[in-house]
Amino acid sequence: MSVMEQDSAGAPARASLLNDPKARGIFYQLVLVVALVTLGYVIVTNTIANLERQNIASGWGFVGNTAGFGTNQSLVEYSETSSYGRALFVGFLNTLLVAGVGIFFATVIGFIIGIARLSNNWVINRLAYCYVELVRNIPLLLQIFFWYFAVLRSIPSKREKWSLFDTFHLNIGGLRLPKPIMGTGSEWVGYALLIGIAAAFLVARWARKRQEATGQPFPSFLTGLGLILMLPILTYFVMGMPISLEHPNFVETGPILRQGFELNVGLNVIPEFLALTAALAIYTASFIAEIVRAGIQAVSHGQTEAAHALGLRNGPTLRLVVIPQAMRVIIPPLTSQYLNLTKNSSLAVAIAYPDLVSMGGTVLNQTGQAIEIIGIWMVVYLSLSLITSAFMNWYNQRMALVER
Amino acid sequence: MANTDLFHIRTEEAPRLPAPISTTGVIGWMRQNLFSSIGNTVLTVIGILIAYSLIAPLIQFAFIDAVWTGENREACLPQEGGHSGACWAYVEAYFPQFIYGRYPTEEVWRVNVVYFLFAALLIPLAIPNAPFKKINAILFLVVFPIVAYYLLTGLVFGDVVILPIVETAVWGGLLVTLVIAVTGIVASLPLGIALALGRRSKMPIIKLVSIIFIEFWRGVPLITVLFMSSVVLPLFLPDGVTFDKLLRVLIGVTLFSAAYMAEVVRGGLQAIPKGQYEGAMALGLRFWPMMYLIILPQALKLVIPGIVNTFIGLFKDTTLVLIVGMFDLLGQIQSSFTDPTWSTPSTGHTGYLFAAVVFWTFCFGMSRYSIFMENKLHTGHKR
Repeated sequence: MSVMEQDSAGAPARASLLNDPKARGIFYQLVLVVALVTLGYVIVTNTIANLERQNIASGWGFVGNTAGFGTNQSLVEYSETSSYGRALFVGFLNTLLVAGVGIFFATVIGFIIGIARLSNNWVINRLAYCYVELVRNIPLLLQIFFWYFAVLRSIPSKREKWSLFDTFHLNIGGLRLPKPIMGTGSEWVGYALLIGIAAAFLVARWARKRQEATGQPFPSFLTGLGLILMLPILTYFVMGMPISLEHPNFVETGPILRQGFELNVGLNVIPEFLALTAALAIYTASFIAEIVRAGIQAVSHGQTEAAHALGLRNGPTLRLVVIPQAMRVIIPPLTSQYLNLTKNSSLAVAIAYPDLVSMGGTVLNQTGQAIEIIGIWMVVYLSLSLITSAFMNWYNQRMALVER
Repeated sequence: MANTDLFHIRTEEAPRLPAPISTTGVIGWMRQNLFSSIGNTVLTVIGILIAYSLIAPLIQFAFIDAVWTGENREACLPQEGGHSGACWAYVEAYFPQFIYGRYPTEEVWRVNVVYFLFAALLIPLAIPNAPFKKINAILFLVVFPIVAYYLLTGLVFGDVVILPIVETAVWGGLLVTLVIAVTGIVASLPLGIALALGRRSKMPIIKLVSIIFIEFWRGVPLITVLFMSSVVLPLFLPDGVTFDKLLRVLIGVTLFSAAYMAEVVRGGLQAIPKGQYEGAMALGLRFWPMMYLIILPQALKLVIPGIVNTFIGLFKDTTLVLIVGMFDLLGQIQSSFTDPTWSTPSTGHTGYLFAAVVFWTFCFGMSRYSIFMENKLHTGHKR
């Protein structure tokens, strides 16, 4: 098209308007705009007519109404008398929770498998390969069903349990953990932790600057770790040990219906959460493993050889030369896997884990406010993904190779 | 003293000794790859233990303890003291449902014809050396969908019933899975290419619309798209116009995967050097001939792995339709668990194992095929 533009610049006799790329471009775009506006107009008028016929008042009035349904997991106070808005908020927090925990485990498993995939040991290498090829070729929903309906149904019933170190107890009611009880003064431990993290960050920055200026190294990692760990521990003892653990109470005697774990004692992780997290983490880990493998393989062998030639040993070579360069390749696809995991957590609705989609679905069924609810879903997931991609762009710019 | 004893000159080559037995053959390979150091040996042992602890119970369940024939649940109930193995008799009894859903038994031949045509057209298309590629592609992409549509839904002229109508509500099992996956794949590729070209267009409005479209669909989970197509889409239509549920889901799935496809194709377009565009324009090609003859063949070739990955993702994602109340293969299996005739402790495990094997076979096959094609088409750029 630009060929024609040059023509018209040189020759005074302009080509016919029909063949002018600019005119054509404007025409095509006008057609598109008209088509989109017409489509939008038709959709809006139809929707308004349909909603009127079905007697659904569109708008956000329903958000304040009483929900009237309970949930088996909420991070904030929630009861059947709470509002629909509150119910959606609980769902949103549950989505964030399962996504966060899932991302953590997926990253750990994914890195282990990815490195195992590069192992010289044939058995380990093949095991990792089989894991990746098996897990990523089976639909996630099937894996969620497998964990929820097949695995978690074959563990002990409510009246029995499996215990590990007498601290973690598993039965069909979920995983029971000791629950930390925050006494008075425990908030200071939290503040100390924050201060520790800030101090560690500052120390690391100062150490890097000093090393760049003078060449003298400083053990900033150990210092930081010490600050982050020791400050809260010291505060904990200074404040007179305000945090205690409440162990779950397993009743083994008495009438059969009373046997099992006492309600509301200790921390209960519901089985839906366990199944969903396991499936999400294991499924996403298979993709992360491939990303990690590709990232490490992308660092050319010459880099390792050059580092060895400079006298670096294996440890510093990995830490200072290979990993920083591999991370540049790993992080962008890794973030999109994190995003996929978050979006995939919406499959929770299939096993009734109360996430945003699941809670929203219940609200939708009760109120019929389909457009509003689906709008909320899309806005929430869209903003999550836009925030992530904004972060990605920032990171990419920071990490991009600076060339000539 | 004889000087000759002090030195010795070898006049013929020494006999070649075989390499030490510890470095050749199976033993050498094992020494090198499995037991080269203490740490490596420990890893090997742990690896073998893990593999054994996973594979042995699976073989025990799927083959040794399995029940192969039976009329009802009695056959599959665990024997006294024994473990309950896979209940393949249940899969056998339900097999027609898993493949055809509740498609009327006397009309099942139509589905079989579609399956047969699909395979008969796809296999020669997939073999690089098979002849008549062009005719084959036209048959597969244009004729087959029309034929399949009328075969599956039915054909009626006024009062003359040639093929009785079969409502999509009774479709199910592998049929629904394949219909959604194949339609989604075939429809999303051209749409994705158009969107990718739009995103790289110099016309600002077309570019903006493409970007918004792509980022919107990529940003939301498929499940909300499916809810939207099954709950909200009917609201968009004028009164009296109703869409088939399967068609609504198909629209949602196609738009969703088109956005992913667009990003994959865009990656390929970006990798084409500017000289190719300039060369095409210097030859006097207009936009579409340039794209069709020069740019897209190269760009698509580069992104074959990405396209196939999108296909695999789409194929796996078809399972999500069970959440909006349709019965794909997984949905059909899941709903068969409620049947008391076959309710045994191992029915669920068997059903999931069957579903996993079917899905895995399709997905793994596709990924292997993509690797094969990638190597086949890797001309020029490889060093």
